[in-house]
Amino acid sequence: MGQLIKDLADWLVEPTRYSLLTTALLAAVLIWRKKLTHPLVFGASMLGILAFFLFAWGDVNFKAIVTKPDNVPILILLISILFFTWLALRRAVLNDERIERGEPTLEGELSKQKVFTWPDLVYVELICMVLFTALLMVWSISIEAPIEEPASQARTPNPSKAPWYFLGLQEMLVYFDPWIAGVLLPSFIVVGLMAIPFLDTNPKGNGYYTFNERPFAISFFMMGFLLLWVSLVIMGTFLRGPNWSFFGVFEYWDPHKLEPMVNVDLSVYFWVKMLGMPRPESPLIREAPGILLLLGYFVAMPPILGRTFFKKMAAEMGPVRFNVMMHLFLWTALVPIKMVLRWTLSLKYFIGIPEWFFNV
Amino acid sequence: MDKLFRYIASTQIWRSIFRHGYPDTPRNRTLAVLSNVVLHLHPVKVRRSGIQLSYTWCMGGLTFFLFLVETITGLLLMFYYRPTAELAYQDIFALREHVPIGVMREVHRWAAHLMVISVWLHMYRVFLTGSYKPPREFNWNVGVILLVITLLLSFTGYLLPWDQLAVWAITVGTNMARATPFLGHEGPGAALISFGGLNFIHAGDDVRFGLLGGRFVGEAALMRFYVLHCVGFPLVAAGLMALHFWRVRKDGGISGPL
Ligand code: HEM
Repeated sequence: MGQLIKDLADWLVEPTRYSLLTTALLAAVLIWRKKLTHPLVFGASMLGILAFFLFAWGDVNFKAIVTKPDNVPILILLISILFFTWLALRRAVLNDERIERGEPTLEGELSKQKVFTWPDLVYVELICMVLFTALLMVWSISIEAPIEEPASQARTPNPSKAPWYFLGLQEMLVYFDPWIAGVLLPSFIVVGLMAIPFLDTNPKGNGYYTFNERPFAISFFMMGFLLLWVSLVIMGTFLRGPNWSFFGVFEYWDPHKLEPMVNVDLSVYFWVKMLGMPRPESPLIREAPGILLLLGYFVAMPPILGRTFFKKMAAEMGPVRFNVMMHLFLWTALVPIKMVLRWTLSLKYFIGIPEWFFNV
Repeated sequence: MDKLFRYIASTQIWRSIFRHGYPDTPRNRTLAVLSNVVLHLHPVKVRRSGIQLSYTWCMGGLTFFLFLVETITGLLLMFYYRPTAELAYQDIFALREHVPIGVMREVHRWAAHLMVISVWLHMYRVFLTGSYKPPREFNWNVGVILLVITLLLSFTGYLLPWDQLAVWAITVGTNMARATPFLGHEGPGAALISFGGLNFIHAGDDVRFGLLGGRFVGEAALMRFYVLHCVGFPLVAAGLMALHFWRVRKDGGISGPL
């Protein structure tokens, strides 16, 4: 029985299934938010996680990875993300019901009352500080900060991992070349975040939790933050082992585990497999299918989506805002698209021009 | 007891510091906030909704608190740490060996991890309450820069223990800079910047070289990261935080429904 659960868990966290599951979970929570954010449902799921954790604690491999001192914060991250996502959605659901009935929101009721900073705010801050000082002391006394062997350029540790908060980007290195994973995507993240207030013209939902009044904004942000950032950090910490191979949570980190890597460029699919001829010599002709495909994606998608799916949004935002937003959106979407194509078709590059270091 | 307190509160020393009575009347509560340099970051009165934990999650405040913790523990660590390839590892190791119940390194490390988490959660909360909408667009942008600085603070600190974990994590992180378009020697377009067959961008002068002060993570990189970690980024962060807090008030306090 125990073994069965472990095997099932390891089977479920294989990258394709893990991504499908987390995506499905987020979608389900957003769609059925009224039912799923009920405190009883949330409490029961938390208990379920706790039970699984207690069960898994007995396993050497699980314990080894979870109790690594630097991995403790990732557990805190996981738990606090679950909790705060629930809290925010719960309040959004309650507020949306109140708005429907024409009542003021939870925040609206309280915002009319003003209280003195001393003592009402000052004591909340004081309690916070005392609690967190205590927590830090207990944590620091019970878990020693790690120190490994002295630095050596000669011996590369396996796995070599970036600091945990950059593991999402390191995961991207599997699917994209470094100039995209390490330079382009982080720049887009920062620029995209900064652009948010200037792109989102919806005046509603300022100063209170709500979902119904800004469904796209919240879904898009949660997709980026929860699925493409936090979830990849968790995956990179707990599920990526030596050689960046994939390991289930109950699996031993065997450095000799090899995953076959036979990834194929789109140009090979097109010229060799579809047309049955050798690939042309000139890089531009050879890569024409990928170039056209990506050009089509970035040039044709915004107007198409703007006339169909996002018609109302395009009208409200105006052409400049809408196009900037769409390009950020398409880049965000390209990440999971490429991941899925890698897992299903072993696609290596849409455009592969190693001659110029230009691979997408 | 009561008498003693009353006596202390009536001494000239006490009254030179606190220029108001015990804050249990509206007047004294106002003065308590206004006449204290730390507290006057706050307005005298706040909206009930803005101090509710279930609304703000207290994550911005927690981030600031953790920044202060980092400053204090970091200062103490600097007493014991010399940033050279020869001594750095020894010094960190000696902290464990020679300081009996020393927890400063632990507090510094765990608080740093927590700060990254709390700043993410703060951003998450600000987004979900739509608090970036007018008039707070500018402060959201200050926040994004603070987020980047927080990550850079943590990243530069990661190298300082000079053990295998540190050096290789930074190697992995900075390897990406090699591929910067045009400016990294393995980036697309770098080969275009050449003259008469001579490449201007190569491993000895690209952006990664500039970051690390060398072709690999060595002594020069350690010194750069140390200076940035202990002086550069904290100063920038402190300045931006002052701006951030000031703007929170100028933008009408913590957001709430209008
Ligand atoms: C070192 C990092 C940061 C510190 C110390 C900090 C601190 C604070 C504090 C104490 C507040 C008061 C309200 C609260 O606690 O929620 C606040 C509000 C705010 N912060 Fe930050 N923050 C930081 C980073 C950020 C980031 C990353 C963002 C967004 C990307 C951001 C955007 C804002 C905005 C828009 C407000 C106003 C919110 C409102 O009025 O409800 N801050 N910040």
